[in-house]
Parts: sequence; C-alpha cells; structure tokens
Amino acid sequence: MNDLLQKLTEAVGVSGDEKQVRLLIRDLIDGHVDEWRVDALGNLIALKKGSGASGLRVLVDAHMDEVGMMITGADSDGTLRFEAVGGISPPALLGKVVQVGPKQLPGMIGARPIHLLDAGQRNRNVKIDDMRIDIGAKKKEEAERKVSAGDRATFLTRYEESGRVALGKAFDNRAGCAALIELLRGEPFPFDLYAVFSVQEEVGLRGAQAAAFGVRPDVALVLESTPAYDLPNERDVSPNVVMGRGASLYVMDAGTIQDPRLVSHLMRTADDNNIPYQIRQPGGGGTNTAVIQRAGGAVSAATIATPTRYAHAPTSMINLDDFGHVVQLAQAALRNLDAAVLQR
Amino acid sequence: MDLFKTLQTLTETPGPSGQEAGIAMVIMEMWRPLADEVREDRIGNIVAVKRGKGDGPRPRLLLAAHMDEIALMVRQIVAYPSEKEGAEDEQAHGFLRVSRVGGVDLRHLYGQQIVVHGQRNLPGVIAALPTHMLPPDRGDKPYDLDELVADVGLPLGELRNLVSVGDFITFRQPLRRLLNNRVSGKALDNRASVAAVTVALDYLQKREHSWDVIAVATVQEETRLLGAFTSGYAEQPDLAVAIDVTFGKGPGAKESHLFELDGGPTLGLGPNVHPGIHEALKSAAETLEMTVHVEPHARASGTDAFGLQVARAGIPTGLVSIPLRYMHTMVETAALRDVRRAGRLLGEFAAQLDADFLEKTARKMMEAD
Repeated sequence: MNDLLQKLTEAVGVSGDEKQVRLLIRDLIDGHVDEWRVDALGNLIALKKGSGASGLRVLVDAHMDEVGMMITGADSDGTLRFEAVGGISPPALLGKVVQVGPKQLPGMIGARPIHLLDAGQRNRNVKIDDMRIDIGAKKKEEAERKVSAGDRATFLTRYEESGRVALGKAFDNRAGCAALIELLRGEPFPFDLYAVFSVQEEVGLRGAQAAAFGVRPDVALVLESTPAYDLPNERDVSPNVVMGRGASLYVMDAGTIQDPRLVSHLMRTADDNNIPYQIRQPGGGGTNTAVIQRAGGAVSAATIATPTRYAHAPTSMINLDDFGHVVQLAQAALRNLDAAVLQR
Repeated sequence: MDLFKTLQTLTETPGPSGQEAGIAMVIMEMWRPLADEVREDRIGNIVAVKRGKGDGPRPRLLLAAHMDEIALMVRQIVAYPSEKEGAEDEQAHGFLRVSRVGGVDLRHLYGQQIVVHGQRNLPGVIAALPTHMLPPDRGDKPYDLDELVADVGLPLGELRNLVSVGDFITFRQPLRRLLNNRVSGKALDNRASVAAVTVALDYLQKREHSWDVIAVATVQEETRLLGAFTSGYAEQPDLAVAIDVTFGKGPGAKESHLFELDGGPTLGLGPNVHPGIHEALKSAAETLEMTVHVEPHARASGTDAFGLQVARAGIPTGLVSIPLRYMHTMVETAALRDVRRAGRLLGEFAAQLDADFLEKTARKMMEAD
C-alpha cells in the first residue's frame, strides 16, 4: 500500500479550504526541507537548499486542492443545498457519499426517486439545484447547528489498491503532491528547490500565480494529474493519455505551449533512463504552468503528469507504475538540469 | 441485538437477484439461534420456523422479506483500443459493458464503486467518457448502458481470464450512520425488512405465540417476485405478511402521500391486502402504542404481497413497509427506529394470533359494517 497516496487522497482540501492537506504535507516533509512558509493565499512554500553547484532557482509546483462542494443553505426538512466547487458533472454527484464540514459528517446526495418520475424526467440528468445533501438532520435548525453555509464537502472515498492500479478520490492532484514530497525526501539537488503546494488550482489557477511571483524562479516544473480518456468508444475520440503507458508530458494545452527546451530535456532524460513516457495529446485543459509561465517576467516551465481515469469523480484510478515513472522522471530531469538546458 | 451492526452485515453482503447465496448464508446464521428450524428451499429462499406453543397441527403465519438486491451483470468484454484498431492483447485495456438486474436507476450509476464477481472479486468503478466527448446530438440525458463501462483496471487478456459474460456485479457501499440514528447505504431495500423480521423473531423469544411463525427471506423479488410465489406455495401458510420498503418524504419528494422517516411503519391497504389482516396489524400497533400509517395502494403494491396473495387457493395477506429515501440508489436512507418498530409490530401481531383468528376474519368478510 502506498502510504503517501493513501494519506494524501483521504485528506480533505476543497479549493479555498486546503488547511487539512497543508498541515498533513507540512508533517510529511518535516525534516526534509530547510525552511517553509505559508503565503497570503495559503500556499505552502518549502525550500530545499541545493548543494551549491548551480545558481538556478527552481520551483516545483503541485496543487493540493481538490474539487468538491460548498454548502449554501439548509431546507426546512434538514437537507442541505450546495454548489459545485470546480468542474464536477452532475452525474458524478447524484447518489454519492460525501463528507461535510470540518467535522466531516457523512452525507448522501439524494434527489427524487426514479419511481416517482415520469418518462420525460427520467431521461434528463438531475440538476445540482434539485439535489440535496442528507446528513440525517430532521429540521433546518438542527442542520444549521451541525453545518454552516460556506462549509465545504467532498467525496467520501477510501484509498485502495488492486493489482497495479490504485482507486481513490483526488488523485488530481494529490498524486502530484505525493511526487513532490518524494522529491523533497531525496538527496539535495544542485540548486535551491522551492516546493510549492499550491491552493485554488481548480477554481482558476489562483494559488500558483501568486506563489510563482513570490518565489521568482528561473525554471518551474509542474507535477499534475491529467485525465485519461482511454475508454472504448464508437467515435474516434482523443484519449489524451493512456493509463499504464508511462509519465505524460505536456507540449501544448488550452493554457500554454510548454517551453520546448524543457520538454526536450524531459524527453531526453526519459530516453536515457528508460523511463516510459507519453506525450499528452495537445488540446484542451490546463495546469498551473499557464500562470507560472508568465509570473514575474516569464519563467521557463513544463509539466509532468500521472494519467488519471475519472478525475473530478468520486472514485478515480491511476496506475502505480505511471506514478512511479513521474517521480523517477522528475527526479532524473532535475538532477541533470543546468543552465545549459536553457541555452537557445 | 445491535440493530446497526445487523443492518451493516445485511446490507454490505452481496446478494443480487438470482445469486443470493452469499446473503442467504448470512441470514441463515442470523436466524438459526432465533428459530427451531432453518433451511434453504429448492429455489434459494431461506426459511426459518419458530413453532408455536401447544400440540399441532398449528396454523402457520408466513413473514416474507426479500433478500435480493438490484445489481448489474457483465454483458460484453470490450477493449481500448478497439480490436479493429489492431490492439494487441497485452497492450489493450479491458472494460465491461453491463446489463441491469432489477430496476437500477441509470442516473446514479456513473462513478459508483462496484465488485465484479469473476473468478475472484474485483473492485472497480462504473465509468464513462465526459459528455463533451460523446456525440453532440445525445443531449442532456443520463448515461445509457452503451456509454457506461465497468472498469477494474485490468489488461484485456487478464480480464478475459477472470471475468465471463453473465458474471454478476454488485455495488459497494458501506452502511453509514447519519444524524438521528438514520442509516444510509445500499440494499436497505430490502435488507431493512430482513432486519425487521429478525427483530420479530427476537421479540417472539420472550412472547408466547400459538401459531407457527415461518420467516422467509425470499429470492428474486426485484426481478420476478419469484420467491414469494414459490414460498407461498411450498410453506402452506394460512396467512402471510410481506415486509418491504416504501417511499419516504425527502428532497424532491414532499407529497402528502409519502411518509416521514422515523414516523413509524406503514400498513398497506388495497387489492393485495386482506382487510382483516390490515385491521389485525393495526390493533397490534395499538397494543404497542405505536404510530403507524395507512398506505393506500390503488393497484399492485409492487411487493411480495402481490405474489403471496394468489399462492395456492389464495392466502390472506398483509403488508408492512418501512419508509426509505432515495429508493434503488446506493444512498438509500432509513431510520433505525422504523426498522425496529416494524419488527416489534410483526412480533406482536404474530403473538396475538389465536386459534380462531382465521375463522373470525373469514366471518367478518360477510358481516355488514
């Protein structure tokens, strides 16, 4: 059982309320970094001092927030109204088990039962407006004593492994966090490494933007989770990446064209070390790379991601070998990163 | 008896319609210390007999709660990339297309955790591509069975070795305790009623009864009411009560004809129910000072009562139900106290049956009101 992935994915940290994950990560990196601080937005920024061989400043980012829900009120029957935080499709919410508020009360997302719907209603997705979270409260007042408007909720899913796959919630992006922690737990790099565990990625890449300005790095590496759409389908759809085929490298997405010098460096490093990798098919989506790239007068930045099936759903799935390859590739690429890589 | 633990065991044990063996064994063990005789019948119903006091032959009361649960079944093993794209087996991923066993609510399927009961039990998840990657003309409809797959994360070759078309898939959801002793999970329809029958058998340990009480956990209610038809014949009951769940008031379900959770069990009334049994259940509730509600069923009740009533030459049948929110989902929610109340009511009803109950009930059918 991968202990890091278990702890990190089972922790709760919906965008804007990442404290539990922040505290957990601080404990997990304790003794492996030289200093850490928390900035105005809640980003956890840790410095792992280099050997002194290189004067580069390197930032490695992994966002620690996850998609979830925010409670907006209680109905007279004691059930809770909510809105989605980040991109969650309504079918991912209906009939799922969640944990609500700081006490992590179990709640059930329910709606009118299908037996009581006419044919037309059965053939439409239930809107989030028509769903409620049921914590068992009988009255509005009772619900309000247990949960406050503004409290977050997220899926209640335990981590487990089955063969080479792991099932759990929030691999997006606790897989990135786990990879970054693995880097911090290793030997020092030639340069000072600033690890940024960033907030609010899922609601507009907000944490990384401020953190990158604060750190002012020369080079940035973003560790992410990217959706794998490798499902059987009648139409020819882009799989984006395929689970089990290695670490995925970004070249272009909706937010960036990654620095080609860094992308080549990553590919060369993977080839030299026989680390399986795949190029994520260029297209939509985006990562913190988009905001880090333009922070404080431009940063050379690239992304490595673990392919993840069913991100932003109650249970997602990764291949543990893919995750291992992300760690190996990041490790190797940083070890041999020097100013020459950035030569034009 | 710890009712939460009982329900936890009952709801978390798989028992899809048609393959109830797993849950059947659990129920058999649960009922063994509470009855004089427990057995499995030819079709898989679990039958526990608690004999009444006195010499036989004694009249027989049958309590029927179905033990099967809605589930899925493997329909087809498919691959990514598809075989026409020339996938080699060791590279391709395997996925499962599924069929429904019973009335699974398609709108809730995406993202549910499952167990595929292949050569060994495989944990997995029900998945689909995001709708923006599906044909744009599909509209805003729930995922259908041609869009959903079951994913256990295995390569195609390994999946083919472990799983066959026709294998059952059950849902995975631990029972959870909510506020106010409400509980939520899967298969409360109808394991809540199996628990209620267990409470009734427990109640009869301390309460004398002259009738034989035959508790039956029936099979395949969700598909065909099969176990009710067969046990209603085989057990030769003089009288029967079906126990099931009914619609609780909740989000999106506020109508006056639905029932509050924790407001007490309901007594069905309609063509599937014998009015004399309905009245006797009511008076048992009065003895216990228990609030119960009349639940009118204008047509078929959609329960085992429908099957029991027409077994043999016709059996006077009653119906007791437990209010449940979000029926046929993995977040079915009920109040523990309603389960206990239903059980005590059944126990008291059984204990109150006397030697000439049937005769009195028959006579009332011909008496002017």
